[in-house]
Amino acid sequence: MNLMSFFNRRTSAPVARERLQILLAHERGIVGGKSDLLAQLREEILAVVGKHLSIERDNVQVKMNRGADLSTLEIEVELPGPEVVRV
Amino acid sequence: MAKVLVVTSGKGGVGKTTSTAALGGALAQGGDKVCVIDFDVGLRNLDLVMGAERRVVFDLINVVQGDAKLSQALIRDKRLENLSLLPASQTRDKDALTEEGVARVLNDLREKFDWIVCDSPAGIERGATLAMRHADVAVVVTNPEVSSVRDSDRIIGLLDSKTEKAEKGERIEKHLLLTRYDQARAERGEMLKKEDVLEILSIPLLGIIPESEEVLRASNVGSPVTLNNPNSGPARAYFDAVRRLKGESVEMMIPSDKKGLFGKLFGRRAA
Repeated sequence: MNLMSFFNRRTSAPVARERLQILLAHERGIVGGKSDLLAQLREEILAVVGKHLSIERDNVQVKMNRGADLSTLEIEVELPGPEVVRV
Repeated sequence: MAKVLVVTSGKGGVGKTTSTAALGGALAQGGDKVCVIDFDVGLRNLDLVMGAERRVVFDLINVVQGDAKLSQALIRDKRLENLSLLPASQTRDKDALTEEGVARVLNDLREKFDWIVCDSPAGIERGATLAMRHADVAVVVTNPEVSSVRDSDRIIGLLDSKTEKAEKGERIEKHLLLTRYDQARAERGEMLKKEDVLEILSIPLLGIIPESEEVLRASNVGSPVTLNNPNSGPARAYFDAVRRLKGESVEMMIPSDKKGLFGKLFGRRAA
């Protein structure tokens, strides 16, 4: 055990907190858990983008990451390839 | 108007039964008429923690199926006459509980009591969903530990989707009860802090129950900790929680077990 690991050894709680935040952000999306915010956002984004472009349901991803200092909302909309548009 | 309260958590062993007994006890000690119900069919334990294990004759399933009257199955606490227990069945199959049957029993109880406190089984299966189904208020018992927080998050999701209130588009009142909390370890960064758990679960905090020897001492002798040692840290935390449950605004404290000079000198008591 070096000196650094001696001082770092005890603060495992921040690791627990961060692991939980990442895990639950993911699980809430799948299980439709506690907050339906992400599911709702996804539906509304689908509706808005869908007015102008034809998109597949599965190609809209909404992710939220809550951190201590910074939280981000990541929205990814995959547009159909050109060949699909021509059809 | 009677309130149906479910004590739930998802994870086992976090303190649901202890908290059901303590909250039920504290409510009754305040003068309310209280019934605690064990929903853990096949693995009942509320009777043991309340010290009524030798007085069980009929149980919840007997009443649901019409084999016994409610008044025959209710066990009145020997210490508090306004506290009753409706035990779970130890032998029957949990499928014997039907949603309609449970609703009927709860409606009958609503006429007799001010508070009906339902001790949910662990897990997210039928027993747990039935226990929360008709609740007005939910107390989510959580330890400051990753698996407990994760399971509580899942249970909160179920409370918001599978309860009668949620299905009617109403919001079920949810409270977090943080149990087995060790403030010194939390401050040293060895344990999730109350702020961490609150931020992750984002439901209002009902109370923080400190890790304490008094909890085991009370269950050893079959008594809610609020009755067994009302001045202990956990008991005072449960009394505060009950005041908040009734709408009072009480400053959030983490009461510790006070040790007298004797306790300080000798460290531990025998009984």
